[in-house]
Amino acid sequence: MLRLEDVHTYYGNIHALRGVSLEVEEGEIVCLIGANGAGKSTTLMTISGVLRPARGRVLFGDEEIQEVRPDAIVARGICQVPEGRRIFPRLTVRENLEMGAFLRHDHRAVEAGLERVFTLFPVLRERVSQLGGTLSGGEQQMLAIARALMASPRLLLLDEPSLGLAPLMVQQIYAIIREINAAGTTIFLVEQNAHMALRVARRGYVMETGQVVLADRAPALLENEMVRKVYLGEV
Amino acid sequence: MLLQQLINGLTLGSVYALIALGYTMVYGIIELINFAHGEIYMIGAYMGIVALAAAAALGLSEVSAALTLLGVFGAAMLYCGAYGVTMERVAYRPLRQAPRLSPLISALGMSIFLQNYVMLAQGARDKAFPALIGGGFEVGPARVTAIQLFIMATSLLLMFLLHTFVRRTRLGKAMRATAQDRRMAALVGINVDQIISVTFLIGSLLAGAAGVMVALYYGLVNFFIGYVAGIKAFTAAVLGGIGNIPGAMLGGLLLGLIESFGAGYISAEYKDVFAFAILVLVLIFRPAGLLGEQVPQRA
Repeated sequence: MLRLEDVHTYYGNIHALRGVSLEVEEGEIVCLIGANGAGKSTTLMTISGVLRPARGRVLFGDEEIQEVRPDAIVARGICQVPEGRRIFPRLTVRENLEMGAFLRHDHRAVEAGLERVFTLFPVLRERVSQLGGTLSGGEQQMLAIARALMASPRLLLLDEPSLGLAPLMVQQIYAIIREINAAGTTIFLVEQNAHMALRVARRGYVMETGQVVLADRAPALLENEMVRKVYLGEV
Repeated sequence: MLLQQLINGLTLGSVYALIALGYTMVYGIIELINFAHGEIYMIGAYMGIVALAAAAALGLSEVSAALTLLGVFGAAMLYCGAYGVTMERVAYRPLRQAPRLSPLISALGMSIFLQNYVMLAQGARDKAFPALIGGGFEVGPARVTAIQLFIMATSLLLMFLLHTFVRRTRLGKAMRATAQDRRMAALVGINVDQIISVTFLIGSLLAGAAGVMVALYYGLVNFFIGYVAGIKAFTAAVLGGIGNIPGAMLGGLLLGLIESFGAGYISAEYKDVFAFAILVLVLIFRPAGLLGEQVPQRA
């Protein structure tokens, strides 16, 4: 479904991605783990078209999308929940969700989408006319995911969905990620919280200084000695 | 005296508010002080004269004064809108990734260019703007002219339309979203360049209307009127809180009142001094303006 082939991306003067190749198949949950600054978010921003790769190809289905504008990439069915959630702070929860459905013109489908995300995240229904900036961190994460779902994406990119959340909230968010995947949305997940990510994912990639250094099935990565040492904090 | 200054101040203030909206909306989206915005207003005033002459030549002005007025406003506003959108394309969009100072310098250059261009095309002398709206009535000791009422009512209507657009429509909400987080707006599928164009379009439509109104009010137009009006409207935008739409409306009205009362009670010759003193004071003591950020960025 999604394939990166030898992608090089510069972030200013920094050579952030140095030949990244990876693949996500339809229906999978795939995770990308790595330390801070390894290039995980840069990878997602390159897929979303916010950053242009200097070299290499990004394929979605059979089409090359590395030159496509971010809004046109959303139109093709790739949505991102970026790091830090980036809720529109002075829009209401409802308006945030409406913005998620910006490219959908079928009013009834948008209403159905609202119902769907309110079922997934009942707390959002209670907060519907509150400003986004007044929500708690966990609620903002839910809103961010819900906003992305409003576009009914085929591929959902999640950047550190557990960052800064209480353990219980992390459990809850991951349960919902599973649920979204079970409903047919392919998920590509970036995490520092390798433990959680590898438990829900089918396959995983490990990234170091702009390169993929390891790729395997998630259970195998959980057993891998290097991963256990460096990313799971075990001896 | 008090009532008279109040009426004068509100008239002037509603025009400042209309121009200030263009500054504040553009700043809200791309963090640029569009110094050429005052020139758009000046071009609106000239286009009013041209449209009026065209209406006279076509015989429209003899048929209906209201229709003529509508035509003059429509023509001036659309013309200014085209100018605003083109200006953004030519002078600012190529500099989107450049350091912040570059588009600012480009804006100053645009302002100088447009002033000189209009001076060469239309001449350096004042041009008279025919009075289309006459009459008025007494309110106690004060006099309200019909043109003052017209300016206040039209400004109010335009601001109400803008408010509704920004609050209620899909495009208006996308504009607010883009102002709050441009990259995230792109990530939900908003074409940010298009929103920026729309912002310039709306700001320029309002400036065009303001240009015609001031020309009607004072009856004179020259190529330099955009400069002072521009800086005053900028002051109004800063006073209200730059980037904040209700702030620009409030700032404009307040500035108009301050000027009018200052001119009436202290000295008319120092009229412009009041505006700039306010600018300095606001920048020193309350740089976020009267209606600065209202909600924290994050919980």
